[in-house]
Amino acid sequence: MHAFRNILRTEARLYLRDLPTLLTTIGLPTLILVVLGLVPSLRKPDPTFDGQTFVSYFAPSLLVVTLAMVGVNILPAVLATYRERGVLRRLATTPAHPAALLAAQLVLALAGILASALLLILVARLAFGVPFPRHPLGFTLAFILGTAALLALGLLVAAVARTTKAAQALAVPLFLVIMFFGGVYLPRFLLPDFVARIGDYTPPGVQALLDAWTGTPPQPLHLGIMAAIAVAAGAGAAKLFRWE
Amino acid sequence: MPVIEVTHLKKRYGDLVAVDDVSLTVEAGEIFGVLGPNGAGKTTTVECVAGLRVPDGGGVSVLGLDPRRDAAQLRQRVGVQLQESQLPDRLRVAEALELYASFYRNPADPAELIDKLGLGDKRNTAYKKLSGGQKQRLSIALALVGNPEIAILDELTTGLDPQARRDTWGLIEQVRDSGVTIVLVTHFMEEAERLCDRVAVIDRGRVVALDSPAGLVSAVAPEQRIRFRPSTPIDDRLLADLPEVSAVQRTGSQVVVTGTGELLHAVTSVLARHQIVAADLRLEQSTLDDAFVELTGHRPAN
Repeated sequence: MHAFRNILRTEARLYLRDLPTLLTTIGLPTLILVVLGLVPSLRKPDPTFDGQTFVSYFAPSLLVVTLAMVGVNILPAVLATYRERGVLRRLATTPAHPAALLAAQLVLALAGILASALLLILVARLAFGVPFPRHPLGFTLAFILGTAALLALGLLVAAVARTTKAAQALAVPLFLVIMFFGGVYLPRFLLPDFVARIGDYTPPGVQALLDAWTGTPPQPLHLGIMAAIAVAAGAGAAKLFRWE
Repeated sequence: MPVIEVTHLKKRYGDLVAVDDVSLTVEAGEIFGVLGPNGAGKTTTVECVAGLRVPDGGGVSVLGLDPRRDAAQLRQRVGVQLQESQLPDRLRVAEALELYASFYRNPADPAELIDKLGLGDKRNTAYKKLSGGQKQRLSIALALVGNPEIAILDELTTGLDPQARRDTWGLIEQVRDSGVTIVLVTHFMEEAERLCDRVAVIDRGRVVALDSPAGLVSAVAPEQRIRFRPSTPIDDRLLADLPEVSAVQRTGSQVVVTGTGELLHAVTSVLARHQIVAADLRLEQSTLDDAFVELTGHRPAN
């Protein structure tokens, strides 16, 4: 525990030292929200979105941005780099276990995701009148399961990729798929219906987030799939992860 | 008193036999060298000693402990510097040492260690900005920060310039003088000759020789060579008849005498008796390099 705390503190310091990455990770979704929110027509209620504004409708997709960035890009890249450069191996020679470093990275990834989501929800509410998630329990659950599914996928990438380059080669297509089905590139109402339906089951499960945000309890199947992905990818990562 | 005992160690990776049969003991307080060509099984051997790999056969005992069963205890008492093990780019020197010090029950004072390793003016420098020699010294510091009884150092000076290499050697001698037993894996013969009390030469997963560097040289490659320019002409037979001499050759005005044992004394005595002055006299003895080639059939790297 003692070693974990010290490693966590050191790793947090390293993150804070890399300010550009930190600001992008936490601030990018909110920045996109602000840019879109400045367009007046996107702030008008629209029957296309059941009488919501486009900004409200699009906010859950913006959550996907940070989740995808942290979960499948940054987390596996950092872990693969640490493995490739022998940081994990060096740690294995000391009384501290390299798993402590992995746990610290997970905690920091979660902290970044949480900070980014809170900032987005807060700015959306204060600046553009997007209500707070109307089904808080469902939203929290959908958010936790979606995050867990993406972090587990990130760990799986880190587990199977032997080098930083290999991790990127796996992470980039995964990232693009998640962003696409999450409706980040094209808002989901523009996607063909079957593509949007696939997106319901693609981590982090943007439909469940949208449902809960607008007050409908998320569908159990949506949540169940996220939980299943989290467990399967997490178990795969645990089985395949190499410390060197 | 031996602090490390390796008996008939075996380790293979799939079909590749990395260590076939290695036995050796390391005494407390010595600098023990593990030499061998690339892929000979040096690193695998010390990784088994450090408890990082599970042997397929044979026994390893370190400080009376089993590296696998007593891993937690051993990690407190053995410092390891691995080949090509780096740190995060943005981590600073003092931070790294303080973090690693916090893992140990009875650590060295990080600040003191930083000064001792000549990193005093780099304590707030990020790892990325350090020179190769400074990174290597930090790496050694991390292996020593737990106040270990044994330090295992793998490819300590690979990639360093000659000056940095020499500085590092000085440092290792200091560490030994403070009572730490050192296991040094290297393929630099000069390094082994300069630092090691004893060396094990490993080739194709087996120990092919184990002795002091000087002992290895005289046992394996005992030949010496004397070159000089005689002040007056000299009959070759005067030298060739000496029991120590095996051959006398001439290259231009130079005489080259090859032989063994007290060759220099024998040759200079004959010359003195005949009042011949040997100009430009040079004695060439075999080095560990020659012994290494003799033992393994490989030229050492570099």
